[in-house]
Amino acid sequence: MTPKSFQQIDKFARDLPKEVRATVYDGSKSTSEKRYDSIWRDYPETADVLRETAGKVKQHTLEHLDQYLEQAEKSLTAAGAKVHFASTGDRANEIALKLMQERGVKKMVKSKSMVTEETHLVPYLEKAGIECVETDLGEFIVQIDHDHPSHIVKPIMHKNRRQIAKSFEREGLGDYNDDPETITRRARVHLRKKYFEADCGVTGANFVSAESGRMVLITNEGNARFCMAATKLHIAIIGIEKLVPRDQDLSLFLNLIGRSGTGQQLTVYQQFINGPKTPGQPDGPEEMHVIFVDNKRTEVLASECKEILRCIRCGACLNVCPIYRQASGHAYRSVYPGPVGAVLSPLLAGDKFPELADLPKASSLCGACNEVCPVNIPIPDLLLCLRDKGKREGAKNASAGTPPMGMYAMMASQPSAWKAAMRLGYAVNITPQAMMNVVPAAQAWTSVRQLPKWRGGKFRDWMGEHDKDAK
Amino acid sequence: MSDDRSEIFSRIKGALEPLPERTPLPDYARDLPLCTVHPDFPNAWELFAHKSKQVNGTPLKGLAELAKWLIADGQTHGYCDPALVDKVRALPEFNGITLETEFDRTRFDDFTFGITKAAGVIAETGTLILKDQSTSSRLGALAPWVHAAIVDEADVYPDVRTAIENFGDDPSIIWATGPSKTADVEGILIEGVHGPGIQIVCLDA
Repeated sequence: MTPKSFQQIDKFARDLPKEVRATVYDGSKSTSEKRYDSIWRDYPETADVLRETAGKVKQHTLEHLDQYLEQAEKSLTAAGAKVHFASTGDRANEIALKLMQERGVKKMVKSKSMVTEETHLVPYLEKAGIECVETDLGEFIVQIDHDHPSHIVKPIMHKNRRQIAKSFEREGLGDYNDDPETITRRARVHLRKKYFEADCGVTGANFVSAESGRMVLITNEGNARFCMAATKLHIAIIGIEKLVPRDQDLSLFLNLIGRSGTGQQLTVYQQFINGPKTPGQPDGPEEMHVIFVDNKRTEVLASECKEILRCIRCGACLNVCPIYRQASGHAYRSVYPGPVGAVLSPLLAGDKFPELADLPKASSLCGACNEVCPVNIPIPDLLLCLRDKGKREGAKNASAGTPPMGMYAMMASQPSAWKAAMRLGYAVNITPQAMMNVVPAAQAWTSVRQLPKWRGGKFRDWMGEHDKDAK
Repeated sequence: MSDDRSEIFSRIKGALEPLPERTPLPDYARDLPLCTVHPDFPNAWELFAHKSKQVNGTPLKGLAELAKWLIADGQTHGYCDPALVDKVRALPEFNGITLETEFDRTRFDDFTFGITKAAGVIAETGTLILKDQSTSSRLGALAPWVHAAIVDEADVYPDVRTAIENFGDDPSIIWATGPSKTADVEGILIEGVHGPGIQIVCLDA
């Protein structure tokens, strides 16, 4: 019998094709192992000191965000970039579109950026008649499949080579061929033309140093470099929480992010940019625009869960999470999957918090996410905090798959009711398991678990005897 | 737009105002993030070469070695920084290799390699540093299958932190550690996605 009270994420995981589950499981597990090997090989004594220090630097930055954001604005402006602010995702899209329209932009190439997933930038620009091409290989495949990324770092972790080969065949990129090298070469040839045709490159940023205004882009493929070598206009769309105080702090974060995300000491490319190209140079953007986006980050900053804004989007918590490995990223129904998403997505949802109030329960609270986090975010504590918020606000999804606790609360607060229940509990020992499943709210548990033998009331008996002995 | 700005700043101030105290910026040792786990080498260039090879980079010593490498790999036509071209052409080893000093983007497929100046390398990580001011063509250093960066011995930095301290005022600095790569398809490593499939760093010694 199918339990009616499963959480949505359980249902998604149950219905996930076996093939996808295996792909996600293998991908996340192997990446997690690479992370472990590289960080402990290179920092055998200090790996945890590094994480804790980086966490404190980010926490300090967040708690002085007004100061650092203003400093970054000044530094970028002084270096020749133009700085814009967008309080919402829609405003960020409007500003980007206006910049493009004023300059007659018809085609845009884009590197990976999670914040533009939040704002739905690409569909917005396409509606306005601008051709948009995602150039990260994974994001490109997501785009041609009209799909969504299922992982922060590896957007197509849920797809295998055969599915990708079919998509390439469908898009006219050559006959069916599922060799990963052939797939990559075909994408290289196809996207190369797109870079040269484009008038504008859009990127995100992994960090921004308030001191110099330098935004840091971290990639492996070189697509962000191409976006900024072939086009004349660079627009960077960046969440306001990406700041770090000084350039020197980047040595800490760069040494952590590559190892945490993919087990690399450094990813292949780091770009440090704070302005348009040097005058006289042949290639590169003549204008650089930075759009700092709030999109509810200030609400998170005001909440009890502000630590989640430290996140540097390395994906280590996804890879290590037993729930993510079973359920895959789409199960989280939002831009940010995995443990970080279970905290961040409901918070960024604003009024729609109740719809995602079940996500904080998509965790066994094993704590692995906290242990691997390069900025030491206490994710399990934040999950508990959001579970509490969901309950307090009466969000229906917050209770899905959980037996109601009202009856328990009544019993636990009245000694006589408790005593009676302890005696009545022995009825469970003679009730067939099948009959237990009739309680809908308990089905998520009872359908897959055997109850242990009831031994309730023993402590009270013992306590009574003990008291007698004491006298 | 200015409204968005003041709104964001006032929201931040509102969010931070109730905090009883604020986390101080931790004072951590300069060397804390530096990775020192590696075999001993006689100099920083040798450490760079070791680290570079670990990520499939191609470190070479001397322009003559570069010419030999290009010929052995069948690379006969490419782009070269105009400031380097005379020195390169003067070497007999470059006989049979033709060089253009302008990267024509309408014929981007004609260039199988590009030679430009490096702003430095980082020994700790096997990383090449390119700066906008000293890179003659961003495309020439990026689009061809092979990129060779020429570095002076004086520009070999020991670690990431020192390289950061030497950012200077360049508007666009690129660090490249090995060839362009992806593992997006089933986690299988493929080199040469959008950037160079072969990344050479040649010490001008």
